[in-house]
Amino acid sequence: MKPAINTRRRQFMVGAAGFTFGVAVGAPALLVGDTQAQTSSVKLNNWVTVFADGTVAIKSPAAEMGQGSLTSLPRIVADEMDADWSKVKIDAAAVGDKIYGNPGRGFHQYTAGSATVTGYFNNLRQFGAQVRHVLMDNAAQRWGVPLAELSTQPGVVLHQQSGRKLTYGEIAAFAKIPAEAPQITVEPVATAEFRLIGKDIPRTDIPGKQDGSTQYSIDVQVPGMIYGAILREPVEGAGIAKVDDAAARAVEGVINVVPLKNGVGVLAENPWAAFQGRKALKVTWGNKAPGAGFSTNGGYAQFSAAAKDPAHPVIDWEKRGDAAGKINSAANVVEAEYRSDYAYHAQMEPLNSVAAVSPQGDAVEIWCGVQSQTIAVTVAAQALGIPESKVKFNHHLLGGGFGRRGNRDADFVLDSVLLSKASGKPVKVMWTREDDIHSGRFRPLYVNRLRAGLDASGNVTGYHHRAVCDHVMAFMDPVRYQQVKGRDGIALNGIGVGSYEIADRASEGVLVHTGMRTNPLRGIGFTANSFATEVFIDELAAKAGVDPVAFRLRMLKNDARGRHVIEETARMAEWQRKRPGHGLGIAYVNYSGTEIAGIADVTVDKANGAIKVHNFWCTIDCGVAVHPDNVIAQTESSIVYGLGLALIERISIANGAVEQSNFFDYHVPRMRDVPQMHIKLVQTKNHPTGAGQMAVPLVPSAISNAVFQLTGVRLRQQPMLAGRVKTALLDSGITVA
Amino acid sequence: MAQRITTTLTINGQRQSITATEDTPLLWVLREQLKLTGTKFGCGVGQCGACTVHLDGKPVQSCLSTLKDVAGKSVTTIEGLSKNSSHPLQQAWIAEQVPQCGYCQSGQIMRAAGLLKETPRPTREQIVEYMSPNICRCGTYARITRAIERAAKELV
Repeated sequence: MKPAINTRRRQFMVGAAGFTFGVAVGAPALLVGDTQAQTSSVKLNNWVTVFADGTVAIKSPAAEMGQGSLTSLPRIVADEMDADWSKVKIDAAAVGDKIYGNPGRGFHQYTAGSATVTGYFNNLRQFGAQVRHVLMDNAAQRWGVPLAELSTQPGVVLHQQSGRKLTYGEIAAFAKIPAEAPQITVEPVATAEFRLIGKDIPRTDIPGKQDGSTQYSIDVQVPGMIYGAILREPVEGAGIAKVDDAAARAVEGVINVVPLKNGVGVLAENPWAAFQGRKALKVTWGNKAPGAGFSTNGGYAQFSAAAKDPAHPVIDWEKRGDAAGKINSAANVVEAEYRSDYAYHAQMEPLNSVAAVSPQGDAVEIWCGVQSQTIAVTVAAQALGIPESKVKFNHHLLGGGFGRRGNRDADFVLDSVLLSKASGKPVKVMWTREDDIHSGRFRPLYVNRLRAGLDASGNVTGYHHRAVCDHVMAFMDPVRYQQVKGRDGIALNGIGVGSYEIADRASEGVLVHTGMRTNPLRGIGFTANSFATEVFIDELAAKAGVDPVAFRLRMLKNDARGRHVIEETARMAEWQRKRPGHGLGIAYVNYSGTEIAGIADVTVDKANGAIKVHNFWCTIDCGVAVHPDNVIAQTESSIVYGLGLALIERISIANGAVEQSNFFDYHVPRMRDVPQMHIKLVQTKNHPTGAGQMAVPLVPSAISNAVFQLTGVRLRQQPMLAGRVKTALLDSGITVA
Repeated sequence: MAQRITTTLTINGQRQSITATEDTPLLWVLREQLKLTGTKFGCGVGQCGACTVHLDGKPVQSCLSTLKDVAGKSVTTIEGLSKNSSHPLQQAWIAEQVPQCGYCQSGQIMRAAGLLKETPRPTREQIVEYMSPNICRCGTYARITRAIERAAKELV
């Protein structure tokens, strides 16, 4: 039972920014449940509607792309309002930053950065508490008793002294909603007692995902719809020089061929005809692409030179003390360069959208799964030159996102809008897997150069990290790039020392306009920067002659949570126990406040250089875990994603174009590649932090460190392809069978 | 140029007459003509398994089966696997909380159903080998394995 609202702890406050309460002021609005059973309902705020039958409808504002926030966010509201979870129904929130934007992302309705639960948490708790307060207040007035004498049980208001009860549904039938929202301060996380938060429940989206009934936007059909496919320019900005569409138009079912700015669209009666028609196009591309001459190898040479050049201009990321001076006067200096190839999202649902532009071109309806609903609406409105109010956006669940579906130009939304406008019909545009790869937006290419000094006792005296990579934010989100004044966190997060105590340190970035297409990718800059950091820390430990776990622990004296996840992981893995023929390696990161450590157990086939990961132990502390089993699931997912980046996933560029085409040359982990995963969730009473991607960056560094323990060879480039490993072993004089 | 043909298939137990060019993959017939959208498009080249259906009782990748190939045959899709999600694999998928984004899961379940038909009590190794043609980018593999083991117990 939840006690009466404690006014000492639940003070009334005035004026939370941007939120209105009680849209249905005064008499409760009559909403239609279904045509058979009209039930009266009351919209208590923009988040909650309580129906007379007791149903509680809660809005979920985020994109659901597998990470589980469709369940987690309403759970937060339901906990604080003391709702009966079995009566909760979850509805997609409308599009709009002002009401449904993520407070943790500047009130932008943009699902990314594992920032959903952490960003909405406080506000959703407050909305839930407000709803509970209004329901109790209505009951108090009806019974003529002070509100302080009331309490709640799930879905019910109680007056204990008289034994009276009203269900939330009963109250909804007569509730009066105040014009002003009562501002309530909820119990701080450290002392709050949660009823639903922290307990496992089935995800609400799973039933439709085991019988095929969940409708992703690629599944949408609307009356009169035709199909579009687009042959895209091979290099960003190349443009079209000449189109020969005779053969394409001859394909049975092809309706029209439409040149666009960055490609040529084929419209057809069915998808197969659209794809066949596109295949038959003969397009001569222009030569205006800024990245036309770029290649992976050329990029590495350029980036490596910039990493070594002390005079090169840099973006200062983190600077304390005198790193250079301390390194130069150190007893021992360690220096190393690390490399990470471009990597591709590979979300299972190829990009797609459906749009129906009105015959006059003054309105559009769109069906799509996106990471930012408001970006999608803005893009469509701007493309058609219409107000945003004329864009009706139907948001669908995403068949994976991983950072690919949040770019500011929403390229995959624009496709169907433009082709619908050109044809005057509703159009479904689907990217093929080849399109999705050739016109991917990748985790950038990285060269990371690290340098540190050690004193005679093996303590780090000075530390320097320079990352050189492609611009990301400037390309994928120029608006945010301006807001952050060029401090591109997608590219550079993870180059600092994080929780490690190193007094004299400098980390800096060099961002290069290569003309390549880039985006955030699950784990963002951490995937490359933390790879470099955590392998380098291992190199320092080796030079200092200190155990890698102990070496990290002694640099985390003031981070008890960080120490705990490392100690716990080492305990689970039996870190000290040697396994013949196997190597163990550790990695740790404080990723946006989430403390996480991992240990990999590997073997190496010396004949071909193939690494096999047998076990992966991981401990995660993300504060309050709203949905614990889902934190575990996300960590499993992150480990598998990290495994791909570590060992096999590689996009390479030649003459500005992507060399890979499909899953036969861009390999991702399959069931046979996956290690036994041993995950421990540490639940602490801290504000919840992210869970959706935190283990990704641990995997490459833990594997590299494990290979070092086994062979004495450092692997400083990811992916650690078998061929690269074999070469590294040979270069070190290790006999290969 | 591919010929337009009309042929009859049995889909989820119902005979259906289909007209399309003979090279049209079964995938697009199912998804866009018959609106059986539980079968997913993932790669189009038989590399990911998202489009897995049963053809005459055996799992196949419907992106590689043309209309001409499947004429007269019997096709089962995720929509026809069971009534009301009652197949032990579907129940196990819920019990183990397998899906994340969920996009690949119809294909995973159809492939797993093929495995259990051939090998009702598979070993862990047999599961891993049989299921490896299907990609899950959310990396739900550990839960898929557990769900198959759970369903296998139910089926015996």
